[in-house]
Amino acid sequence: MLKTLRQIAKVGIVTESPPAADEDLRIREALEQRIREVLGRALCIRQVDAGSCNGCELEIHALGNPIYNVESLGIRFVASPRHADLLLVTGPVSRHMEVALLRTYDATPDPKLVVAVGDCGACGGMFGTGYATTGPVSSVIPVDVIVPTMQPRIRNSSSPSAIVACVAGCSARAMRPRVLLGA
Amino acid sequence: MALSRWLEQARAMPGAPGLRQVDVDASTWRDIAQDVAASGGRLLALWGGRGGDTDRKVAMVVLLPDGALVVTMALDRALERLPGIEDVFPSASRMQRALHDLTGIRSTDPDTRPWLRHAAWPGDVFPLATRELPTPPSRPIDDYAFVRVEGDGVHEIAVGPVHAGIIEPGHFRFSIVGEKVLRLEQRLGYVHKGIERRFTELPILAGHRLAARVSGDSAVAFSWAYCQALEGMAVARIPPRAAWLRALALELERCANHLGDLGALGNDAGFAFGLSQFMRLKEGWLRATERALGQRYLLDFVVPGGTSADLSDDGVTVLRQAARTVDLEARTLREIYEEHAGVRDRFLATGTVVPELAARLGLIGLAGRASGQAFDLRTDLPCEPYESLAVTKCVCDAGDVLARVTVRFDELLASLRVIETILRGLPAGHHAVVVHPPVVGSSGIGLIEGWRGPVAVALEAGPDGGIRRCHPHDPSWNNWPVLEHAVIGNIVPDFPLINKSFNLSYSGQDL
Repeated sequence: MLKTLRQIAKVGIVTESPPAADEDLRIREALEQRIREVLGRALCIRQVDAGSCNGCELEIHALGNPIYNVESLGIRFVASPRHADLLLVTGPVSRHMEVALLRTYDATPDPKLVVAVGDCGACGGMFGTGYATTGPVSSVIPVDVIVPTMQPRIRNSSSPSAIVACVAGCSARAMRPRVLLGA
Repeated sequence: MALSRWLEQARAMPGAPGLRQVDVDASTWRDIAQDVAASGGRLLALWGGRGGDTDRKVAMVVLLPDGALVVTMALDRALERLPGIEDVFPSASRMQRALHDLTGIRSTDPDTRPWLRHAAWPGDVFPLATRELPTPPSRPIDDYAFVRVEGDGVHEIAVGPVHAGIIEPGHFRFSIVGEKVLRLEQRLGYVHKGIERRFTELPILAGHRLAARVSGDSAVAFSWAYCQALEGMAVARIPPRAAWLRALALELERCANHLGDLGALGNDAGFAFGLSQFMRLKEGWLRATERALGQRYLLDFVVPGGTSADLSDDGVTVLRQAARTVDLEARTLREIYEEHAGVRDRFLATGTVVPELAARLGLIGLAGRASGQAFDLRTDLPCEPYESLAVTKCVCDAGDVLARVTVRFDELLASLRVIETILRGLPAGHHAVVVHPPVVGSSGIGLIEGWRGPVAVALEAGPDGGIRRCHPHDPSWNNWPVLEHAVIGNIVPDFPLINKSFNLSYSGQDL
């Protein structure tokens, strides 16, 4: 126990300030106003792997680490689409996941947002479209925002800061509105 | 003894060092499997290809105590079935079912349910055997015949494909009494992306990029195995520096995954402190990797002929510093894990696979080593530069979650030492050479010990610098069925912990 406490004290708080919200990706003002009214202060995300190679999932996991610490921004990953404001979807969408993705979308209450992550979620990536994949997330459900691949060297995988910036762009009134929305 | 008669006929095959290949026919396919099993060998991969009705081929890779053997067989008659070997190697069952789904080659074994095929294509169409595929149905959905467990008070819990966390999709059907698991049946294939067919549309010199995306957490292992096969076929020798850099990348990948898993395992045991500490270390590790090699996850690092980037002197310093930090901190965290009664209680005797069962079912890789299966390609079949790196093989006999945690800690620390050795001994010179497409029809197999276990990539060159057939094999194929046994008799709330302790790939096996 002492060792645990000593470790916690030694490490301290390592959370970095979040990147500014990506203005280009900011959703339309009217919608944003509406989300503020409905969703209030927090944003609940349901992540759906619709066919990814698991690379993007590793980076989405990283959002919860003490360095990005998205929970401190009022952003939380939830276990059910019924509790979610936003679906964070990775692709390419495999045909075997098509129905599950649609059902997840239908189970998410309105108003809802869909963010497609990575090259594969945006356009199908290296997997393209074929007998087993429908390609981009938008081929199955409407997509509001796409998280681009921020570093060209890391093709097909979105970095955590890119994901935070995009999600923050969608976020209504999170805990730090000044930082997130540039208000 | 009996195996030696096959080895006498075998000839060298391009790709992994010491790899040999032997042709058999349908009458001896089972014999060789039995001889391999009798001499302590294990099945790694089984796959097939079909150019037309007359060109139906099946192959398997088996790992022997002192080498690897590829067994190939041509099935001539259109109706001839593959002699099933599920009784010899239980892990063959799903591979044989997938073989039928993709190529139409049916085995004689009793379980004929589809494995990778759900409803995206009809049962009489085979994606690797048919040039023109019918338009897939929209919103494909089907029914799967799960095995029903009956008896007083038995009920089912169906989980997935969309899970409650940030996890890949798959379906688990638990049959339980109270909270005790009587049986778990997995259904996978949800993220089947048609990777093997996609390979045939790519130039052979570009296939490594798709290989790296078979399972994003094992990008280096897959892309290296692909390049190892390709370079063997093209008779290209990569510079020593390239081999060392690849080993560095593979160990960086191993450490990143082990750090993540050790944190997640603490979390699943109710110790959130472990998650935040290890995730912090992992983030630092990925940033150091990016500073040194240009990518957080090394998806595009291993390329035909070498590596896409070189390591500068600054990079060496960054990685050495990162390795020392992690070494120090991981030791502290290990003490904390070991002294924490609650964590220990959850880890100990949970999800046990005893060594006898592990050997019988063919458990391999990290999970295998935690159940006494002392096999590691890096020490038992080392490719350059592993023969000169003195890797410690980390083995434990207990076979429970604690053993899989222990092996991860041991491998993490051993891997950090390997990284130190690489950084000290990295040869000078070029980090890449030009590779030309290999001869049409040539084939090779790469074998690399990824963090999860041995990864194999079988490659066959097609005309015009293309790929005729490429089969990437993730060790998850071998270990998923063993997870079904590991949870028997455990309570449902321990399943996430047991599952995490194996941490198998969905994308890697769904292809």
